[in-house]
Formats: sequence, C-alpha cells, structure tokens
Amino acid sequence: MAQLFFGYFAGVIAITSVLVVALRNPVYSALSLLIMFFHVAGLYVTLHAEFLAAVQIIVYAGAILVLYLFVVMLLNVKQDDRYHGQWRIAAFVCVPLLLELLVLLASGGAAQSGLLPAQTAADTADNTLAIGTTLFSTYLFPFEVASLILLVAMIGAIILAKRDFPERGEM
Amino acid sequence: MTIPVSYYLILSAIVFLTGVVGVLIRRNIIAILLSVELMLNATNINFVAFSQHLQDLGGQVFVFFALTVAAAEVAVGLAIIIALHRSKDTINVEQFNLLKW
Repeated sequence: MAQLFFGYFAGVIAITSVLVVALRNPVYSALSLLIMFFHVAGLYVTLHAEFLAAVQIIVYAGAILVLYLFVVMLLNVKQDDRYHGQWRIAAFVCVPLLLELLVLLASGGAAQSGLLPAQTAADTADNTLAIGTTLFSTYLFPFEVASLILLVAMIGAIILAKRDFPERGEM
Repeated sequence: MTIPVSYYLILSAIVFLTGVVGVLIRRNIIAILLSVELMLNATNINFVAFSQHLQDLGGQVFVFFALTVAAAEVAVGLAIIIALHRSKDTINVEQFNLLKW
C-alpha cells in the first residue's frame, strides 16, 4: 500500500517537473508546477510530516504560485520562448550526473549505507506540536533570522517594484 | 512496508536535474525561476525523507526555513522581473546583457 502511494506520487512529481521545463507557455508551466506542489504535499503526508504538507499547500500552492501567475498575466508574456543556446552546457552538466545516478541504481539502489536504521518507536502522534517545540527551542535563533529575511524581502520587493523611483541615472 | 530512503533520493535527484536543465536551457526568465522552485522542492523532499528515516525533526524544521527563503526569493525575484520588463519590455534573458563582459 505504501509503495503504491509512493509510486503514484513519485510518478506524478517526475512527470510534472519535466512538464514545467518542457512546456512553452509559462502559464501551463506554472499550473503543472501547482500539480507538482500538491503531490509533494501528499508525499509529505506519507512521510508523517503533516504540518509541512499543510504549509506546503498554503505557502507554495497558495501564495508563491499565485504570485507567479499574477506576474505572468501582468506581463502578458507571448510564447516566443525558444530554448536557449546554452543547451550544450546543460548537457555537459546533466549527462554526467544522470550517468552517475544510473550507475548508482545499477549497483543496487537499495545498497544500505552507514545510515541509522529507521527507528519506528518515536512515531510522534502530534507532528505540529513536535515541530513547534523543536522550532522554538533548538532553532530559535534561525527562526528569528528567518523573520529578518522576510522583512528584508518585503522591503526589497516594494522598493524594486515601485514605479516612481527617484531617478538615479539611466540604467 | 516502508519505502527505502534511496527511492526518495532518486526521485529528488530526478527533480533536481530537471530543475538544473530548466535553468540552463530556458530563455524565459519566469520559467527559470520556476525551475529554481523545482530544485528547492527536490531538496525539501530529501530533507523530509531523511527526517523520517533518522527520526530527527531537524530536517522538517529546515524545510520550514527553506520555504521561508523560497518565499523571499520569489518576492524579490518577481519584483526584479517587473522592473526588468519595465525597462526593456521583454523577459527574454538573452536581451539582458548589460552586466555581461
């Protein structure tokens, strides 16, 4: 049963992620990315990360993707987008990585590394409670830094997108 | 019946490679940002899979932070795209060669 779910989610994630890159129209790309986000959230549920699944849907699918669609429709992008002349570099980077992946697969994908075996004991009943406790005790300082990052991004976005920016020399 | 963690690694490797290819071959700057999102999601899958495998919540907390950074990146990136489109009337990356030597 678990394998069935994993196979479904993994298959859809792989196909839609290829579609994001392959489709010409940015709106279609964004919509297939939306499908991928939902299936990643499903994968999180099967991994007992229910809080992250909810956050994934709310933040990624609800906020980030809507922002993308806003900009795509605001800019009224024509689909004259042909592929870049850089595809040789892309092949040079990705073909070795893909070969490495295939070699690893061929040499027994389930080769158990020196990782700890999964302990099934600490299957937390309340994922959100556990994450909250961890976040506000061990990771309190990174949490504050994350809020600072959000503040900087907010100010930066407003300043960058403001229309009547004081002239500071022609670009 | 649990899924071995290597399956998750393979899935996230595939998604990450797709993102790399997308960043390198697309010309539309919005499609490039979408490919960056793909790569971020691939790393998030890795984090959550290992968090489950090692029974350590640190991985999930890191996904939380990665999500924060992704939101910030999208806000700033899309603002930059709007500013670029305003100055050049295009979002084709080959037109933006001002800082290229």
